[in-house]
Amino acid sequence: MKPFAYHQPNQIPDAAKLLVSIEDSKLVAGGMTLIPTLKQRLASPVALVDLSKLGNLKGITDDGATITIGAMKPHAVVAASKLVQAKIPGLAALASMIGDPAVRNRGTIGGSVANNDPAADYPAGVLGLGATIVTSTREIVADKFFLGLFETALEPGEIITAIRFPVPIKAGYAKFKAPASRYALVGVFVAQFADGVRVAVTGAGSGVFRVPPMEAALWQNFDPSAIAAIKIDTDGLTSDIHAEADYRAHLVTVMAKRAVDAALS
Amino acid sequence: MGNVIGIGASPKRKEDQRFLTGRGNYVSDIKRPGMTAGVFVRSPHGHAILRGIDKAAALTAPGVIAVLTGEDVAADKLGSLPCGWGISDAKGVPMKEPPFPMLAQGKVRFVGDMVAFVIAETPEQANAAAELLTVDYEVLPSVVGVLEAVRPGAPQLFDDVPNNICCDWELGDKAAVETAFRKAAHVAKLSLVNNRLIGNPMEPRAAIAEYEPGTDRFTLWTTSQFPHVVRFLMGALVLNIPQHKLRVVAPDVGGGFGVKQFHYGEEAVITWAAKRVMRPIKWVASRSEGYVSDRHGRDHVTEAELALDETGKFLAFRVNTLANMGGYLSTFGPNIPTNLYGPLLGGVYMTPAIYCNVKVVFTNTVPVDAYRGAGRPEATFVLERMVDVAASEMGIDRVEIRRRNMIPKEAYPYQTPVLVQYDSGDPMGCLDGALVAADVKSFGIRKAASASKGKFRGLGYSTYVEACGLAPSRFAGRLGARGGLYESATVRVHPTGQVTVMIGTHNHGQGHETTFAQIVSEKLGVSFEDVDIVFGDTDRVQFGMGTYGSRSLVVGGAALSKATDKVVAKGRKIAAHLLEAAEVDIQFEAGQFSVAGTDRMKTFEEIAGAAYVPHNYPLEVLEPGLEEQAYYDPINFTYPGGCHIAEVEVDPETGTVTLVNYTAVDDVGTVINPMIVEGQLHGGIVQGVGQALFENAVYDEGSGQLLSGSLMDYCMPRADHMPMMKVSTHSTLCTHTPMGVKGCGEVGTIGSPAAVINAVVDALSHLGVTHVDMPATPNRIWRLLQNASLPVAAE
Repeated sequence: MKPFAYHQPNQIPDAAKLLVSIEDSKLVAGGMTLIPTLKQRLASPVALVDLSKLGNLKGITDDGATITIGAMKPHAVVAASKLVQAKIPGLAALASMIGDPAVRNRGTIGGSVANNDPAADYPAGVLGLGATIVTSTREIVADKFFLGLFETALEPGEIITAIRFPVPIKAGYAKFKAPASRYALVGVFVAQFADGVRVAVTGAGSGVFRVPPMEAALWQNFDPSAIAAIKIDTDGLTSDIHAEADYRAHLVTVMAKRAVDAALS
Repeated sequence: MGNVIGIGASPKRKEDQRFLTGRGNYVSDIKRPGMTAGVFVRSPHGHAILRGIDKAAALTAPGVIAVLTGEDVAADKLGSLPCGWGISDAKGVPMKEPPFPMLAQGKVRFVGDMVAFVIAETPEQANAAAELLTVDYEVLPSVVGVLEAVRPGAPQLFDDVPNNICCDWELGDKAAVETAFRKAAHVAKLSLVNNRLIGNPMEPRAAIAEYEPGTDRFTLWTTSQFPHVVRFLMGALVLNIPQHKLRVVAPDVGGGFGVKQFHYGEEAVITWAAKRVMRPIKWVASRSEGYVSDRHGRDHVTEAELALDETGKFLAFRVNTLANMGGYLSTFGPNIPTNLYGPLLGGVYMTPAIYCNVKVVFTNTVPVDAYRGAGRPEATFVLERMVDVAASEMGIDRVEIRRRNMIPKEAYPYQTPVLVQYDSGDPMGCLDGALVAADVKSFGIRKAASASKGKFRGLGYSTYVEACGLAPSRFAGRLGARGGLYESATVRVHPTGQVTVMIGTHNHGQGHETTFAQIVSEKLGVSFEDVDIVFGDTDRVQFGMGTYGSRSLVVGGAALSKATDKVVAKGRKIAAHLLEAAEVDIQFEAGQFSVAGTDRMKTFEEIAGAAYVPHNYPLEVLEPGLEEQAYYDPINFTYPGGCHIAEVEVDPETGTVTLVNYTAVDDVGTVINPMIVEGQLHGGIVQGVGQALFENAVYDEGSGQLLSGSLMDYCMPRADHMPMMKVSTHSTLCTHTPMGVKGCGEVGTIGSPAAVINAVVDALSHLGVTHVDMPATPNRIWRLLQNASLPVAAE
């Protein structure tokens, strides 16, 4: 690890100011991605701006039609939240499948969404539910937020404060874990709303994406059989030592069916 | 009479008190006054000419003390890292043995090859300076696979090793095998890959070196399974340090699995450097560094053929293997795929003729050497897969074909056609026991239940034997060993009757401090708590070859047993004097020396006291003191074996293989501590399951980059991969070891990969699948199902 300055501001504007004023500074939330990167000397930020002392980033609130989760909420807390379990059980299930207990106790929803790892779980839930990313300066809908491989719509100095999830009629998540890392080799989040169905896939490509043909088929018939014959094009899917692109494409259909099953159960 | 806990008891492990309370003493826990930090700079290229290294910027970085390179090594005229085995081809031509410099000279031959050593006040400063080193590489194409390495036009690692072939080794009667094949009613063929593995001990490698100018002595603390061998190889052959001026300490070591049984360049560099900078130096490998520098295991490509008569009896077995050695010869490297592989191809069967050819091949990868099982899992995998293929092709039940060829219990000792003679065994007994324990009878019901859920269930057998207790020195010498393979133990009885044992094996997870204390407690009648086992320090322990090859109990325990016998023999003399009786009339039992037929006796403690306070003592004929030493060199290997049965369930939709049941019935000879044996079997089986289902070291052909260089990419087996295992023993006694022991450290790893893969193939056999390479990953299974002739659906 290379030396760096460490800041722990109490107010969001202070954090934003530090982030803008110090070139090569980085936000740290749970640090589950950043700290290993620092330890391997793969990143060398001049300063870390720690979000843990900022107020109001840890609540879970319910306003009936939506659930809002503070950006610093650890995965384990979301997984165990009675409110999330009651309103969006698929999202609680997703949080319970992230990493291992240590990661779930430290890693945060805001950190995961801001990092936009192509194999992370939360981006599938956020895009699949059509959530809104609330930041220090604005609100961004999920469809405009994820821009591919570790890229998001966040501007310099912009800090995620919460994620607001519309409550679906039904939702489910199915994940095929990469055997070693236990990231999603393919993860599919499916959500049924009064005005449509959303299907979001993580792990398969360079970033989370939706599958319109599956959404249309499930809108007609919210049942695994409706999508069993829908094949995903391998174009743009990842091929690596863990899985070839056509296998990932196959898994998208399998996991989508299992996600619908999970939503129905 | 104290608390004797002897052979056959399962006391909790003595060493766990300190391990579980965080009071172990590992190399990285040790701090020396004035200690500096060392960092190795490693090649990022698989194959490159080393044009030059510019140290200037690194030398002026904060805290830097020295930067050493291959040029400094050459200037000091230091030796090459030695190989402990010299094998030869069929004509007696010795293997090609190019030098393995401790820091690269002229060329780098694998990603991770060391090019420089940076010493600074702190690890952070050393790391920062290492990044300032400018190394001028002329990158060459790499070759990483054995098939590619022997092809014409392949990149050549060494100018004087044509086609990258280190040795074209063979074993067995080629002509007899060819004759048998001509007469065969059926010939079964199989091509397979034995996947490359990375050991991943929990504790990464580490070392501290210190030079004391006052005594002109060096001390090296290192994560080693065999400190005396490091002292010999490094002192005598690399650094020219006299043995009495070099102390090597291997304190608590957090797992070895073979990875720590080699003399590594890091050890030599840090010891040499400590005198140059006149300060102690510490180096601790990162996990990532371990991936590209810990010796790897396995990595074979094999073509095998089995000739059978019309009844399914094996007539001859022919095996051609290409074995990857990596970029250089490591300590045992060429011995593993040859002497520890070919002689095991007889298995538990009466195959009359066997021929094995192994081409040992250099590639641009980390050197390959012994990894738990070392050669024997590879042999077992070839043979046990081959038997299943033959059974399937001939329409004979897999258990039945094994029975028809198995060596009956009465036929032991049994001479195989491939050098080794099995002294004892009962493979049929192990098979019968395992069939019952695995409830094979009801397998059909379980298979039907899986099918009703759309899953394919399969059962796989592995009836195997291995050779361990390494090793009979005379035999090993004929095969090319350049050292002895005996073991030594000293039993020091203190004046108060407690016992300290100094033994040349090394405990790094095996529970020696418990097992060996049980042997002493049983044999001397002293309390289990009154016995301490000392190991891992060349200044405290007389000599030793260390721990590997399931040898500690077999060879070290035998030395210990002999040394305790000597203690009793001397005690008898002392007792005869004190009790005024003839020596022949002295009995020793349960810690008491008594005169036969009388109630006159002396306790063990009284005899010990008399030996050290020799007022009433036969000084004219007997030395005072009670301390005895024994060396033991086995006359043969030991041959543990058994039957493993794996049961798997395959999800055809995703290709996922789930191990649902695992049964092992093993013959490990006498069991000293059943709990520890069970733990060794559990651990060994999990490692074999890891190879069969999860682990794979993958290199990029061309660049030589290791693509599976982290725990994120290299899948280690985990607790949730395993079912509860049913493990038991069905032992016959070894006829030539003092206690009848055979060893148990590697059996699990040797028997299990074939059992698991045989089960996977069985599960998919209705689709026409005849072989699955390891690891049987979901992607690989799915691909097989895509290519299978029948539609993907449960029956």
